[in-house]
Amino acid sequence: MSATLEALSQNLHKHLGDRLRSLNVALDEITIEVDPADYLSVMQTLRRERELGFEELIDLCGVDYSAYGNVPRQGKRFAAVSHLLSIANNWRLRVRCFCDDDAFPSVPSVTSIWNVADWFEREAFDLFGIVFPGHHDLRRILTDYGFIGHPFRKDFPLSGYVEMRYDPEQQRVVYQPVTIEPRETTPRIVREATYGKAENA
Amino acid sequence: MPELRNFTLNFGPQHPAAHGVLRMVLELDGEVVIRADPHIGLLHRATEKLAESKTWVQSVPYMDRLDYMSMMCNEHAYCMAIERLLGIDVPIRAQYIRVMFDEITRILNHLLWVGCHGLDVGAMTMVLYAFREREDLVDAYEAVSGARMHAAYYRPGGVYRDLPDRMAQYRESQWKTAAQIKPFNDRRSGSLLDFLDDFAARFPALLDEYETLLTDNRIWKQRLVNVGVVSPERALQRGFTGPMLRGSGIAWDLRKKQPYEVYDRLDFDIPVGVNGDSYDRYLVRMEEMRQSNRILRQCIDWLRKNPGPVMSDNHKVAAPSREAMKTNMEELIHHFKLCTEGIHVPEGEVYSAVEHPKGEFGIYLVSDGANKPYRLKIRPPGYVHLSAMNEMTSGHMIADVVTIIGSQDVVFGEIDR
Repeated sequence: MSATLEALSQNLHKHLGDRLRSLNVALDEITIEVDPADYLSVMQTLRRERELGFEELIDLCGVDYSAYGNVPRQGKRFAAVSHLLSIANNWRLRVRCFCDDDAFPSVPSVTSIWNVADWFEREAFDLFGIVFPGHHDLRRILTDYGFIGHPFRKDFPLSGYVEMRYDPEQQRVVYQPVTIEPRETTPRIVREATYGKAENA
Repeated sequence: MPELRNFTLNFGPQHPAAHGVLRMVLELDGEVVIRADPHIGLLHRATEKLAESKTWVQSVPYMDRLDYMSMMCNEHAYCMAIERLLGIDVPIRAQYIRVMFDEITRILNHLLWVGCHGLDVGAMTMVLYAFREREDLVDAYEAVSGARMHAAYYRPGGVYRDLPDRMAQYRESQWKTAAQIKPFNDRRSGSLLDFLDDFAARFPALLDEYETLLTDNRIWKQRLVNVGVVSPERALQRGFTGPMLRGSGIAWDLRKKQPYEVYDRLDFDIPVGVNGDSYDRYLVRMEEMRQSNRILRQCIDWLRKNPGPVMSDNHKVAAPSREAMKTNMEELIHHFKLCTEGIHVPEGEVYSAVEHPKGEFGIYLVSDGANKPYRLKIRPPGYVHLSAMNEMTSGHMIADVVTIIGSQDVVFGEIDR
């Protein structure tokens, strides 16, 4: 672990204490996990504490872990993952917060801490159906007006449910059930860890 | 007493100054914008969802189509993310080629930006000059990849192939005489590096030409100075990166601060604005083109002197050569596995960012060890900048909205993804 990452992880332990559920270092990046109940206060600390100094929220996105590793998921399904950047200290951090309820995923909004979160949270709501209490204007952003469902969830088919066409009789655009079927050319494969090792042959 | 009420105006989605398919609902008080609500998503193709059903390499061409004005920079972030997850090294020559094409891409993007920005604001001729130079650079794209825009040239492990020794020539036709095409063919008589060297030598004078047209132009300054001012604090709050952040006076450039590939070996400067208005962002981008040209020349010098491989020799990731594949059983198996199943990327997650012409372009990849990404998240710079539209336009006149869209340099391929 490089000196910067060492310093960052020490500062994280010092300022977050037991609000830190876990801290992981991999590929020169630090990932921390926090509970939804602590999420807002942790984010505030990360922004305000000078020894952490994360002035910028670079990215916030939803992740649906329900099909991870091609096995049925044990544990929580949805997470909100944010990437933070400190310009003063020149380091980055990834914060993951799993949503408690799979049926109604919800994470507090961080728009009051970083205004940029506005559209990122709208996007996560639109695509994954994660709700952000505290967001002042949680509308769909990328999908069509009147779209039903959350398309990036793993149980949403790639081809969708409806398609759009122009109807010459009604002289307007109408929706109809999709006429295409998803086609998989390369199957999705997760190999066991020992695959291809000579000693297992 | 007549009733006074605000006027709501639909700007776009087919407005020539909307830079693509931006629909903006403007609430106006007379000619002053009270509130701007951008409606995006008209170009949404769910690239991130599509990538989940494609193998890792099959998604590379999708990256070109994100920000379709800076194609190779998008590929760069994606390939770099895969390489970091795999833990493989890229040959040094491939790193120089990538840096060189990143800077060509930056010039391409900024040329289009200055042309269209000029067109929006009323400087009609700019776009003609800018496209004249773009022609040479897309020819360089074509020479290495065969495509003028959607190159798919960077691959996990390096670049697709080495730089060509000769350039395509113009041919005489019923519209162009031999005398007319001669100056074009003279420049294309050597290798790609000679052609780029010639371009890099000509380009600073051409930039001076653009600056003569615009920098001290009274109309240009009236339209740009003090329009869309963003303070450094607000720029950080709104997550700005790239020229938008530097225009507000914060010297932050990933090429300097978190160098990737060979940027730490190259000599270049970072221009920074003072007032954070549209004019400063214009100056920053113009200077960036000069600096890109400097990097381009350094890369050309290095690439001339140092031949070598341009693709990783790890054949679990990069395909073997045709010759090896046809003569060697093991390579044939590698080739077959790569072409049918694709590469397997170890379980893990990574965020890799590049200094894209528009700002920080990041790829967040989650892999569960499969031959396809589990989750791909693209961090588009334009999306973040456009989200500040309401804040930047409110209080300005409706004509300034066009200036601000121009100075944000938005492209809808990446915003809508």
